[in-house]
Amino acid sequence: MSIINIYMIIIMLLSISSYFYGRNFIKNKTSTSTEKQHSKDTYHGAFISLYLILPSIIFLSLWIVISPNIIDELLTIKIIYIFGQLGIDELKILKSQVIALSNGVLIAGNLSEEVNYISDYYLYIQTVSKKIYIILSCLGSAAAFLYARKKITIRFNARFNVEVIVKSIMILASLIAILTTVGIILSLVVETIRFFEIINIADFLFGLKWSPQIALRADQVANEGLFGAVPLFAGTLMITVIAMVVAVPIGLMTAVYLSEYASNTLRSIAKPALEILAGIPTVVYGFFAALTVAPFLRDKGADIGLTLSSESALAAGLVMGIMIIPLISSLSDDVINAVPQSLREGSAALGSTKSETVKKVILPAALPGIVSAILLAVSRAIGETMIVVMAAGVAANLTANPFESVTAVTVQIVVLLVGDQEFDSAKTLAAFALGFTLFIITLGLNILSIYIIRKYREQYD
Amino acid sequence: MTNKKISALTKKRYSSEKRFKAYCIAALALAMAILFTLLSSITLNSLPAFTQTHITTDVYLDKNLLDPNNTNDLEAILREGPWRSLAKSSLREMVPGVNDRKEKRELYGLVSVIAGDSIKYYVKENPNDIGKKVQINIPSSDDIDLLTKGLIDRNLPEENRTVSNLQLKWLDQFIYEKRVSKRFAWKLFNHGDSREAEVAGLKGAIAGTLLTMFVTLIISFPIGVMTAVYLEEIAPKNRMTDFIEVNINNLAAVPSIVFGLLGLAVFIGYFGMPRSAPLVGGIVLALMTLPVIIIATRASLASIPPSIREAAYGVGASQLQVINHHVLPLAIPGILTGTIIGIARAAGETAPLLMIGMMAFIVDTPHKITDKATVMPAQIYMWANNPERSFESLTSAAILILLIILITMNALAIYLRKKYERKW
Repeated sequence: MSIINIYMIIIMLLSISSYFYGRNFIKNKTSTSTEKQHSKDTYHGAFISLYLILPSIIFLSLWIVISPNIIDELLTIKIIYIFGQLGIDELKILKSQVIALSNGVLIAGNLSEEVNYISDYYLYIQTVSKKIYIILSCLGSAAAFLYARKKITIRFNARFNVEVIVKSIMILASLIAILTTVGIILSLVVETIRFFEIINIADFLFGLKWSPQIALRADQVANEGLFGAVPLFAGTLMITVIAMVVAVPIGLMTAVYLSEYASNTLRSIAKPALEILAGIPTVVYGFFAALTVAPFLRDKGADIGLTLSSESALAAGLVMGIMIIPLISSLSDDVINAVPQSLREGSAALGSTKSETVKKVILPAALPGIVSAILLAVSRAIGETMIVVMAAGVAANLTANPFESVTAVTVQIVVLLVGDQEFDSAKTLAAFALGFTLFIITLGLNILSIYIIRKYREQYD
Repeated sequence: MTNKKISALTKKRYSSEKRFKAYCIAALALAMAILFTLLSSITLNSLPAFTQTHITTDVYLDKNLLDPNNTNDLEAILREGPWRSLAKSSLREMVPGVNDRKEKRELYGLVSVIAGDSIKYYVKENPNDIGKKVQINIPSSDDIDLLTKGLIDRNLPEENRTVSNLQLKWLDQFIYEKRVSKRFAWKLFNHGDSREAEVAGLKGAIAGTLLTMFVTLIISFPIGVMTAVYLEEIAPKNRMTDFIEVNINNLAAVPSIVFGLLGLAVFIGYFGMPRSAPLVGGIVLALMTLPVIIIATRASLASIPPSIREAAYGVGASQLQVINHHVLPLAIPGILTGTIIGIARAAGETAPLLMIGMMAFIVDTPHKITDKATVMPAQIYMWANNPERSFESLTSAAILILLIILITMNALAIYLRKKYERKW
């Protein structure tokens, strides 16, 4: 166990015991006094315990964020000091050797004297940084503890102070969501910009050839690797369209039936069943597509004289559609149920049949919600990974034939990133560029669906 | 219009009504049929993997062979004993007259490559049997296993099947001698991953999933609940709050693979956390699960009538006291339901974990959150990619186990919702 873990456990135990300490502290004070205590004992205990632990936690988060940067910087300085000025690649290789050595991944005997020396130095600065953290947070926690103890008096408003701290912690927690978005955007944007420094942005967006294999030798033919993403976009689009053709009618009709026609018993069976369908992991759908649906389609296709690739877009799209049925049906079910009963009754009073009510009254009233549900489903289909990884192909064919094998954006991200990679080869960066495109498209669809809901929703009652 | 025309029109309208209803029923029936096909095809496929063919062999645990120096040190015996050759020689004894090298190899091919371990395990359990001749059940090789389950057709010509005629003959002899038995495949739960289908199990993947879900839960649950409480109960209605809300809704729609890219670039690339570790996997899945928990918690908080809060304020409670003493306890069923559903979804997630390397071939069971590990969905993905025939049913078995776990979790969530749901 690392020294930091031990320290955090000790601090937590101290914090718990200081809670009881604070409680007794105020009890003793009150028992010898005639004044009335302002806050309850527990608030005084919580006050002192929070003050003890907070500096350590704040320092810990700062240390986690800052120390890798400083250590990396120091390592670079040391390497340059010993080896003199180096190219970026050499520096990177040396660094990864040093880190691998100090993690025990590499064995010392195989590397030069200097690398061993730097690796020792690296371990040393890591220990020093941990020690600095522990000393600082020890001091911080001790000071905060003493301060809190001094503050505790009989008339001290401990409750208010504790509540302020708790509320601030809640605000911090709600900022995590923003931090995540910032993290996603930053990591994607930084790598994408680096990718576009190597590859022209127009070549990426409009290029018709995708073959990211970069040659080993510089003088080899086509040593660049081709990063035209149009075949990927086309493949994703085709699979998504097939999925929607399957999912929209089935999902919508199911929702209509369940909310307008079905008896309570049927609904109480069918709804959980759809929830099960929604809860099945995508890797299972992928397996189903690759092992059951694709061979079935290929055999049936062969019977009627069609040649289907065993990784056809059709199989992936069909199964993706199946995956999306519960999403569409549950979202449209909500929307249809939100249409007020008075509309149905009014329509019935005019003598229309149920299906006429559905087609001419309910569906038009629910249309914005249904459209936004479909958009959400499209964005889900575009971002879906496992089904296409397992059932669609890897080769980037630009084709409009659903019986052939196509590839998708998510497939290529997985292909480019699975396995050990250098961190900034064009291949790795290309995966981030694809991820960024994916992020933008799904974000756009999501915003569009919110916009449609806000703009076209009818306000009843 | 005449009566006739009207009744014709009515007829038309009624038949259109019937048609529409039929379409709807067909759609529902199709969806149910698909669910049924999916579940039954996986269950049927998985059944063979739950049993394993064993061959009962007579093994002479020669004391001179196992313990040449007469140390009686069981650990040294277990460590250095010639288990593999013991298994081989016992096979040779059972089928006399095999001398040719090629025939020998075929003979040894009847049992699993880890046949020696079974003998070792037996000795470990029964150390007093050293020096005796005992009967030990040894798992057969996966081809023999497939053959006894009827998954390899024995009527095929020899060159088209993976079991040779000679092996068939020996196997029939064993069956005649009642040496072949099928047992429940406990190795599914007490073995890690392996290249050999007959010993590959899920222990490592299950442990990895548990560790990862532990990290996910301890990060996403407190943060999610605090965020939801803040946004629903405390936050002033201003731009910042709106921004956070929009943000959370957007995060819920970000494709999971993008979270994997985030984990790769930030947690592994920048913070230098270990690859393939449940720590990173857990953090990534926690960020993915956060919106689910937040949205469920908010819905649950919003359904509590304001009168409860007002009554608490009326007797002098502070805002946090109202939340802690009155609102949160009433909202707990809804919060738990949302959390269970979120965790179940995270437990079935594969794509982001591929990005951070949690699909490595790992035999050992992980014990810490920084150990290299894999999770059940990633294990399923890896086995699904294995071209060997016997991995097909193994994959289905793994899927079935995962589905049982996930459906149980979801059922628990539905039960909690039904049981504690209150209409105000």
